[in-house]
Amino acid sequence: MNNPSAPRYAVGIDLGTTHCVMSYADLVNLENDEFSQHVIAIPQLSAPGTVENYQQLPSFIYQAHPAELAEGSVALPWTNKPLHLVGEIARNLGSKTPIRLVSSAKSWLCHSGIDCKEPILPTESPEEVERISPFQATVAYLDHLKNAWQHLHPDSPLEQQDIVITVPASFDPAARELTVEAAKAVGLGHTILLEEPQAALYSWIEKNHLNWRKQVHLGDIILVVDIGGGTTDLSLIAVTQQDGNLEFNRVAIGDHILLGGDNMDLALAYTVKIKLEAEDKSLQPWQFQALTHACRDAKEKLLNNSNVDTMPLVIASRGSSLIGGTLRTELTRDEVNKTLVDGFFPEIPASARPVYRARTGLRTAGLPYAQDAGITRHLAAFLAKQQHAAGELEGIKLPENSTFIHPTAVLFNGGVLKADTFERRIMSVLNAWLQEEHAPPARQLSGTDLDLAVARGATYYGFVRKGKGVRIKGGAAASYYVGIESAMPAVPGIPPEIQALCIAPFGMEEGTQQELPNEEFGLVIGEPVRFRFFASTTRREDKVGTRLNRWSRDELSELAELEVTLSTEGRRVGEVVPVHLCVAVTEIGTLELQAVSQKDNARWKIEFEVRSGE
Amino acid sequence: MNSLETLINDYPVDLTLRPATFDLWHVCLAGTVAVLMGIVILLLSALLISRSRNKKKMAAALQQYSRPEHIQPVEPVVKIVEKIVEVERIVQAPVPEPVILKESTPDAALQVLSLLQKEARFIDFIKEDITAYNDADIGVAARVVHEGCNKAINEHFSLAPVRTEQEGSRITLAADFNAGEVRLTGNIVGAAPFTGTLVHKGWQVTDIRLPKLTQGYNPNIVATAELEL
Repeated sequence: MNNPSAPRYAVGIDLGTTHCVMSYADLVNLENDEFSQHVIAIPQLSAPGTVENYQQLPSFIYQAHPAELAEGSVALPWTNKPLHLVGEIARNLGSKTPIRLVSSAKSWLCHSGIDCKEPILPTESPEEVERISPFQATVAYLDHLKNAWQHLHPDSPLEQQDIVITVPASFDPAARELTVEAAKAVGLGHTILLEEPQAALYSWIEKNHLNWRKQVHLGDIILVVDIGGGTTDLSLIAVTQQDGNLEFNRVAIGDHILLGGDNMDLALAYTVKIKLEAEDKSLQPWQFQALTHACRDAKEKLLNNSNVDTMPLVIASRGSSLIGGTLRTELTRDEVNKTLVDGFFPEIPASARPVYRARTGLRTAGLPYAQDAGITRHLAAFLAKQQHAAGELEGIKLPENSTFIHPTAVLFNGGVLKADTFERRIMSVLNAWLQEEHAPPARQLSGTDLDLAVARGATYYGFVRKGKGVRIKGGAAASYYVGIESAMPAVPGIPPEIQALCIAPFGMEEGTQQELPNEEFGLVIGEPVRFRFFASTTRREDKVGTRLNRWSRDELSELAELEVTLSTEGRRVGEVVPVHLCVAVTEIGTLELQAVSQKDNARWKIEFEVRSGE
Repeated sequence: MNSLETLINDYPVDLTLRPATFDLWHVCLAGTVAVLMGIVILLLSALLISRSRNKKKMAAALQQYSRPEHIQPVEPVVKIVEKIVEVERIVQAPVPEPVILKESTPDAALQVLSLLQKEARFIDFIKEDITAYNDADIGVAARVVHEGCNKAINEHFSLAPVRTEQEGSRITLAADFNAGEVRLTGNIVGAAPFTGTLVHKGWQVTDIRLPKLTQGYNPNIVATAELEL
């Protein structure tokens, strides 16, 4: 290579809720449009003293007790004493000692109720267990991946490569910012973000690079259904035309739904537990853990093999006597169909909506898990909410009287969907809805690896950014608003009315910025000023500067507040400075807000508030 | 001069003539001859002696040249000389090559045991006295062992059949077949090609992915004791 600092590889990192995957491709042979990529087998401890290579790094951290592990038994190829136990070993040790297991850090990043830099994980553990923040956990996963890369490519430092990290499409601006910050914390300063459903589609394009143009057509609306271990992510991508070339447009994203494969394994385990208790066999907590694992394997075998109707489940005793103490039961096809297929993918009309019930009692701080497990109900709500998502795009016409947007193609992603029964069920439910509205059935796009597609697509995005291949137009994932108190006489007991000022429209392109010179605020030097912050995934017509006086609860969702403190440098504390806002969607895919002084053009960064509200 | 001329003229030379008289003239002649001979002998012997001395000197000088410190002091050259000597020694004393039997490393064996115990409770199962249990109970435990062994083996070894033909089919082996891969049994007579029935397709490991071990790891502990607090 002539220039040692020019990136040699495009590296894609899938920073998943339950697994991380890292993939790379050589950028040197770009000229002949050859794109060959590899998924890295990540060295990690699998048990004390043993290091194995797996394509997936489980996103778990185990906070070991000082006396728990023998000296020198946690060495990795690159260090004798890692700061945190990450990966397979964490998951294995944590399955027996859950009070020391840090999991789902990623879901906490997008949880507006807490400060992601506060040490809160593991949440339900005794005082003496050292806790870390969701942010630190993310840093630990990235650090492990970076070291693994460095170990395998000692001549190509990771920070000098083109790095793309994927995030859920439903990640809010603060969570995206935290992800970039975590990458910076391990020295990866030039990281680009990409939404996971887009990455899945990129992976599909890459896999079908010779004939994808034959499989999608102008006017197609592709529904991407990504069901991972812990979350479900929905996106709509429309196929449009520009100068005679087909183009992809990400037109809608769904809400952050904390519902995934882990819920399914748990649901099955409870079903079996009830069955065992009916036979007067009670389960110890460790037996329930083992049962959950056994259910996962049995589920996949039952769903992928139509000849098998029952799968035996055995829970081995913990002692060295294997034969006497082993518990045996069965999982039947009926149970799987009833619990999983009908429980998570019920056949419902297009008008069905997820059920929300009032939470009972006091909840300790926990993740806002989805209350309704019916993924098809969440899908119905999403499609109805996004009915007009592709309204203004040329070539896409929704029939009159339709009650939801009509996808014409579906791309699946996520390990859960390896059981193709689920895919078939989603397709049949969706096509029933479409038939109801006299629309042609949607077809399924296939050919991606459900576990690795996101990382592979992220790598392909690095290639696309070199001007090769085909690009998906994304931009801002939602329209963003700040709340402004309207000027009105104070009325006791009634809070002043709030107006929402649009500061960034949906789809605002990466690398652009907008100023709002007409909206003037008076900010007090030295005092923190807060703004309420809203996002909308449905209001597409709002422009920068649009003020909303009222809105329905479905339209705008409130995010964590924004905060800015004007530095006192060269100014008097207490002085009021007139400022206006400047909003940029950066090249790396984050939202950046600034307050610009109207007097001397000084600029202050407005931070996404991470402290918890009341 | 004149007297000599007159002598020659007076006495024509006749070589056959023998001196008839022995005068002082002859005595002088004989004396001169004797002196000349002495000088010649002396010179010749001096020449011989000096020759032989020179030879000794040259030999000494040559010997000095051939001493190692006068050769350019480059180590590899010296080594090569030594090596050649060794090779010559081996050639001079040909010994039959010793049979080397490979010693398997216990670490890898212990590791596989540990993997089978971890995934399949293998040692627990083998060490248990199964005579007291009925077949149904043993069957339940066997599921744990089978499933776990399957997982452990698939995860750490890639296995492929040695012969891809259907078991029970007739196959023919050419003369250059690998006896390490296919074992002939039964009626082994005659010369290749050999035709017979494939009884077992064989297994070969095509890839092995054993976990790497840290320094502090004690491979003799194939299963740790477990203490729940």
